[in-house]
Amino acid sequence: MSFLIKTASKQDIKSSDITNESDYLNRREFIKQTGILAGAAWAGGLGSPALANTSDYGSDYPNLIKTAYGKSEKLTSFEDATTYNNFYEFGTGKKDPAQNASNFKTDPWSITVEGEANKTGTFHLEDILKHAQIEERIYRFRCVEAWSMTVPWLGFSLADMLKRFEPTSKAKYVQFDTLYDPQQMPGQVRRVLDWPYRDGLRMDEAMNPLCFMATGIYGHHMPNQNGAPIRLVVPWKYGFKSIKSIVKIKFTEHEPVCTWNVTGPKEYGFYSNVNPNVDHPRWSQATERALGSKFWEPKAKTQLFNGYGEQVAHLYKDMDLKKYF
Amino acid sequence: MLQLEAVIKSNLFMLIKHRAPAVNFFKPMVFILCFLPFMLLVFNALNNELGPNPVEEIIRTLGDWAIYFILIGLTITPARKVFKLNWLIRYRRMTGLFAFFYVCMHFLSYIWFDQFFSIENIVKDIIKRPFITIGFISFLLLIPLAVTSTNGMMKRLKKNWGRLHQVIYPVSILALLHYFMMIKADYLVPGVMLVILSVLLGYRVILKFKR
Repeated sequence: MSFLIKTASKQDIKSSDITNESDYLNRREFIKQTGILAGAAWAGGLGSPALANTSDYGSDYPNLIKTAYGKSEKLTSFEDATTYNNFYEFGTGKKDPAQNASNFKTDPWSITVEGEANKTGTFHLEDILKHAQIEERIYRFRCVEAWSMTVPWLGFSLADMLKRFEPTSKAKYVQFDTLYDPQQMPGQVRRVLDWPYRDGLRMDEAMNPLCFMATGIYGHHMPNQNGAPIRLVVPWKYGFKSIKSIVKIKFTEHEPVCTWNVTGPKEYGFYSNVNPNVDHPRWSQATERALGSKFWEPKAKTQLFNGYGEQVAHLYKDMDLKKYF
Repeated sequence: MLQLEAVIKSNLFMLIKHRAPAVNFFKPMVFILCFLPFMLLVFNALNNELGPNPVEEIIRTLGDWAIYFILIGLTITPARKVFKLNWLIRYRRMTGLFAFFYVCMHFLSYIWFDQFFSIENIVKDIIKRPFITIGFISFLLLIPLAVTSTNGMMKRLKKNWGRLHQVIYPVSILALLHYFMMIKADYLVPGVMLVILSVLLGYRVILKFKR
């Protein structure tokens, strides 16, 4: 029995090695192609303001659909977005995830669906992705620590996925869990947070078209340190709501437990909407520093709902945002 | 036998005598060494090598070094007594002043790169946010120590000089508290610092009770 397991794991390592190499080759091929394209664009007098750096882009998603989301935004560089991460499962330092997540195994991957829905069970990620048409959306991302970035996410609408599980009328909230696996996630060896990492949304928030399930960034498959293989992106909330490496989705009648809310109930509320008027008790939320900005550049003003008020403000119209922070 | 003793004694005398030039050589070296983290930071800042969030890197690095130098300064007296290394006393003032230097740079980088000299925001921050209040108090308490660090001041204040400079004990606790209060979840680094500080302050408490 143990022999069998050993053989299986050996094979897995081999196959992932092969995948990596082909990804690498694809990327090189793509750089060459984009080089030619960029040259052509330049010759034709065209410019793409969103493209921070052509070498940032990968070609893991040849059929992706470009959308209008964030078309005029200035992107954070791929390097900054992938070397400055809060992913405590791989260490609490900003550089730790990039250093410690390289061997994280994200294939095979499955997601367990539980609670108030008709179609529950454990689903292979491939089966979930089968239905999805991958699109690119450029979103602003604002961390509760007052830094921000702008990232071209690749993925699909959360609502589309949730609908397929047929949540019942009792499903008022949806909860997500990150993988708990201290063998692979060295940060989980110490009880820095109450593992597994959990977060959740109210059902109407989750069904908002802005909520996005991301499997990649900048044309690449999701780098491990950014929450591979699949993560949530909720652009109008602080970054910690955008839970990474999801293994469980649970539909609930009552407000779910959220890890940061448990860690610091006075500092991190269930809603955690980006709001420059409600300070974190220890620092101001009025301004933010965009990753990659120079040290002499002043901070940018933070916008209510991170600038997505038009799409989401109605969700909170009769709520006191100071109380439900 | 007696002769040998005399030779050893004279040699020892020579050794002590010749220690003066050694200090003259080592002191500037130690000074440069203490200054190195700051120079490295400036160099990296100017070369864009501080990562995606340079301001955070600048403020944190300077704060870290301020605490390191407070701890080094507090190590000198116990190390001197326990290991009989009397010459260490020659480096106490320098480490203390470097602690003050890094605190000043830490504070300056906060008011400059984080707040852009907005007096209104800085005052609000200091009043509203306890961890900043405490950091600011420890900065203020260090000023009289730095001002009275000269030989002249030492002579003028006599016994009071020692009493005044005991302020470094509460300052070290406040500085570490300032660090603890800004942590979100992982207390490992300030925890290690706390263990070191407890040993250093505990040594002094035990010494006091022995008397």
